Amino acid sequence: MTEQAQIVVEGVSHHYRPAVGRAVLALEEVSLAVREREFLALLGPSGCGKSTLLYLIGGFLPIETGRITVDGAPIAAPGPDRGIVFQHFALFPWKTVRKNVLYGLERQNLPQEERDKRAQSFIDLVGLSGFEDSYPSQLSGGMKQRTAIARTLAFDPRMLLMDEPFGALDAQTRSLMQAELLSIWQKTRKTVIFVTHDVQEAVFLAERVAVMSARPGRIKTIVDTRFDKNDPDIFKAKPFVDKVDEIWHLVREEAIKAQGKRS
Amino acid sequence: MNATVAALVRYSPLLLIAIAWEGASRLGLVSTLVLPSLSSVIAAWVDLVQSGELVSNGVASIYRGAAGLGLSIVIGAALGVFMAWWRPLHVVLNPLVELFYPMPKSALIPVTVIWLGFGDGSKILLIFLGCMLPVTIGAFNGARSSDQVLVWSARSMGASRLRMLWDVVVPSALPELLNGIRTALALSFILLVSSELIVARQGFGYLIGSLGANGSYEAMFAVVLTVALLGFIADRAYQALMQRLLRWRE
Repeated sequence: MTEQAQIVVEGVSHHYRPAVGRAVLALEEVSLAVREREFLALLGPSGCGKSTLLYLIGGFLPIETGRITVDGAPIAAPGPDRGIVFQHFALFPWKTVRKNVLYGLERQNLPQEERDKRAQSFIDLVGLSGFEDSYPSQLSGGMKQRTAIARTLAFDPRMLLMDEPFGALDAQTRSLMQAELLSIWQKTRKTVIFVTHDVQEAVFLAERVAVMSARPGRIKTIVDTRFDKNDPDIFKAKPFVDKVDEIWHLVREEAIKAQGKRS
Repeated sequence: MNATVAALVRYSPLLLIAIAWEGASRLGLVSTLVLPSLSSVIAAWVDLVQSGELVSNGVASIYRGAAGLGLSIVIGAALGVFMAWWRPLHVVLNPLVELFYPMPKSALIPVTVIWLGFGDGSKILLIFLGCMLPVTIGAFNGARSSDQVLVWSARSMGASRLRMLWDVVVPSALPELLNGIRTALALSFILLVSSELIVARQGFGYLIGSLGANGSYEAMFAVVLTVALLGFIADRAYQALMQRLLRWRE
């Protein structure tokens, strides 16, 4: 882990402002450095602001306090260097699988032939060959998320922001998708920030897990979670089980705090 | 073949009504002054077509309807999308929309005549004014409901704000926009015929009025049926188009 920090979050606070009612402090003084090519999970109880932090890094929300830089430059807007995958897929429902995957490529200066080739190769990579002309409404949840991942990988962002991408999938599909994502990451080695509230998922996928506190969200601690991820029995291996246990306790404390505040 | 049979079964009530109509006037149950027999109406229709009257008046009406509706779709849709996209425009225009929407647009018939005279202009303006708001409201509601994450996705893939408007907001608005246009299509027929009935020198409405005034009831009924049939065909064709444009929905 000699790579240097690529995404740097410094002293970022953020208020959630509902249409009606008072503003709520969602993030408080968050600082975080994400290294180039690392897989970092943002883990925390629901409502801790982990998705908000991801959207700020994505450039989708304005930064109120603090600063966020990518390769030293402050971020101002969304950009194709940071690809995003959402929990509910966010596919264009009026476009076929192929057209969805082509969308980011069409914004780049590539000959049509090259675009088609790239789109097809990513459709093949996520195992959707034969579904190129299907509309999202004709696909299962897992297939939709595969399309979304192919769409984001296709325009080759250097960073991947993933907002609970497997949260809407059934357990079997989720575990398949986790293994696939891990193998894609090992091949492409993009910087990944992966938001989840699933401890096992975070430990399995990430090299480091940043545990967030209950609202207002802060980075509580960062845990190193590097193992031999290709071990088929990893979920039963003692170091893995112990790590999940350790992080589970950290998250549990925060979840209880969050419950207390709500009631 | 099955589709043909299904269509026949579906519209068989219309056939029954036609038979009842013909029977009622033949048996003298209804005076032919009130309701001429269907066969005499059809004969009058053939005469009207052969004399060229139906076609020349029809062309005038269809031109007015298409021009007014076309304008209302283009301008109404653009207005609705921009109102959703840029809040100040919504703030300025919304009170006008609310005030104007429930107003019966036929009340504007004399007004448009004073402005633009007896010809095509006043009819086109009336249809445009009457049909625009359902389109605008459909486009506005549809565009406003466009999913935040779709907008963000497009932006993160390198789409400019204007590009995103065309690629995300407009297609998101499409289902509600198309429903608004369907309402507008029906309204355009109402406004067309009623304005031509009141003040015009040609068109379907004019023809119905003048034939009625001359006591040519068979011919008058023939024109009424023609307008009804055209309205039906237009709506069916529009629904087929809508289904095609929205085939991506489940």
